[in-house]
Amino acid sequence: MSILVDRNTRVITQGITGKTGAFHTRLCRDYANGRECFVAGVNPNKSGEDFEGIPIFGTVKEARQRTGATVSVIYVPPPFAASAIDEAVDAELDLVICITEGVPVRDMIASRYRMRGKRTLLVGPNCPGVITPDEIKIGIMPGHIHKKGRVGVVSRSGTLTYEAVGQLADLGLGQSTCVGIGGDPVNGLKHIDVMRMFNDDPETDAVIMVGEIGGDDEETCARWVRDNMKKPVVGFIAGVTAPPGKRMGHAGAIISGGKGTAQEKLAVMEDCGIKVTRNPAEMGKLLRSVL
Amino acid sequence: MNVHEYQGKEILRKYGVATPRGFPCFSVAEADEAARRLGGKVWVVKAQIHAGGRGKGGGVKVAKSLEEVHRFASNILGMTLVTHQTGPAGRLVKRLLIEEGADIRKELYVGMVVDRARQCVTLMASSEGGMEIEEVAARTPERIHKVAIDPGSGLLDSQAGELARKIGIPESSIEQARRLLQGLYRAFVECDASLIEINPLVLTGDGKVVALDAKLNFDSNALFRHPEILALRDLDEEDPAEIEASKFDLSYISLDGNIGCLVNGAGLAMATMDTIKLYGAEPANFLDVGGGASAQKVTAAFKLMLKNPAVKGILVNIFGGIMRCDTIAEGVISAARELDLRVPLVVRMKGTNEELGRRMLRESGLPIISANDMADAAQKIVTAVQQGARQ
Repeated sequence: MSILVDRNTRVITQGITGKTGAFHTRLCRDYANGRECFVAGVNPNKSGEDFEGIPIFGTVKEARQRTGATVSVIYVPPPFAASAIDEAVDAELDLVICITEGVPVRDMIASRYRMRGKRTLLVGPNCPGVITPDEIKIGIMPGHIHKKGRVGVVSRSGTLTYEAVGQLADLGLGQSTCVGIGGDPVNGLKHIDVMRMFNDDPETDAVIMVGEIGGDDEETCARWVRDNMKKPVVGFIAGVTAPPGKRMGHAGAIISGGKGTAQEKLAVMEDCGIKVTRNPAEMGKLLRSVL
Repeated sequence: MNVHEYQGKEILRKYGVATPRGFPCFSVAEADEAARRLGGKVWVVKAQIHAGGRGKGGGVKVAKSLEEVHRFASNILGMTLVTHQTGPAGRLVKRLLIEEGADIRKELYVGMVVDRARQCVTLMASSEGGMEIEEVAARTPERIHKVAIDPGSGLLDSQAGELARKIGIPESSIEQARRLLQGLYRAFVECDASLIEINPLVLTGDGKVVALDAKLNFDSNALFRHPEILALRDLDEEDPAEIEASKFDLSYISLDGNIGCLVNGAGLAMATMDTIKLYGAEPANFLDVGGGASAQKVTAAFKLMLKNPAVKGILVNIFGGIMRCDTIAEGVISAARELDLRVPLVVRMKGTNEELGRRMLRESGLPIISANDMADAAQKIVTAVQQGARQ
């Protein structure tokens, strides 16, 4: 088992014909069971055509009906990303993974509002995606650095997640599933949601959580871990050196009003029994120490 | 993106928010003229910079005569205003706002932010206006009242009225306060704001509720649909290095240390800065070259870092993943050659074609120090910079 996605997941790609969508669809299809998994694309202007053998449908609903796919991945440009999410939610998919970076916050607030009470889960936006090694890769992460195993990875960052995965792999530690939840202030699944899933997954033995400055998702997750988690958790928070009031790269990574500092997050995590490191080069070793 | 107070007020007026009458001025002559046009007996001369704490820094003065307006305008225009938000270097004042004076009975606070946890806009208000809201939050948190605004229904009459009462607005002014708060929310949503802060919001002697100050920030990801707001951008208020970086689609922030860092991805960039600090030095910048860094982008990034005279060494940390390390190596080598690099350079690359990239660096004949992992890289650059300082 794993969480969210596995070799039997069938995926619709929204924005399959764009430059980014096309590039990453090829890589995803070439990874593990990708040829069976990536079954449909969506583009209202190219309905009936195909992308290198993957049929293109006019709508997500039609793609779902015709292929049985229950998950979608979104690469459409930022002004249209929230509508793409809405469409996937309307089609009652199980999971939507939005890779697009730069979606306006107002659009996300509106989309998240429309998602209330709906069954669809959202990962992202502005995230690398989800990978269950040796089974399926949905997103833009480099497949080859991953290795099948029993460590869960959840992170707000892209390349810093790859760094953590790389360190685990160097120590011979594989991953059950790696989830990049994205760095935006208003998004879908949060650390706590993914942590719950890892807790329930019999094939995950330990979890590494990678956070950043801004917001209080890590603190919320840490308190849940203290009260509920049956497995060891280790963590790192990027941005000890980040000055307050300056946005570090993406909209979510900002210390504002004295809140969301790395020190504060690390302190709460430690208090909640999560082993943390202040050295990002030691994430892998720290995880090994708790097994 | 930030705008000036006078620009923020112009936007808010369109949403029915009452503000004092006033005019932006770029010269003392314009300030004199503005005061004459406003008439009355009391004027406020306000420095327009994108930073808070202007009053304490001497950038806001109340004038009781036209002569005083002239004198204060002359003093403030062209001054370097230092506040807790500008840093020690301060900010040159190039614009003023001349406003009519207000008869202040009570100073209040109103703010709106995106609430990440609730995924909506939250309205905050307090009876304690005129001071830093963080201070109020720390000292008397019970005096801050919050309403999470439902994105479907907006700010309800009842919510706005109740909040206005809680911060001490008298019954006769409640209706006006309610309209003001609802106007703020409409402005927030329609303009894609990320922050609106009115500090102080004042109750005047004749019972009016007026926004005496206005701080507005906008979601830069939404500016594509607001050309009118983008037109308000004042490049004088931004770091030239950050403006230059944005031309190359690089995300750059100047910091106080002496080790330049070039990294792909915001999280990894912050983590790299943290590692430098862990080994006893300070980063000179945050620089994220993004996912698809080309050789040209890497060269532009080097130029940017080296413009900072404080930089005594450079650390490149690239987790290639899908990006190829030979492309990065090519960019690093051409940048080092083109710019005649004189400071130590440590490169850590991981990902596709790692070995090829490393060999290219080795065979380039340039004094590039190669590192195996982040810790090794940070240690090597810190040591190299310290040795350089001793020589």
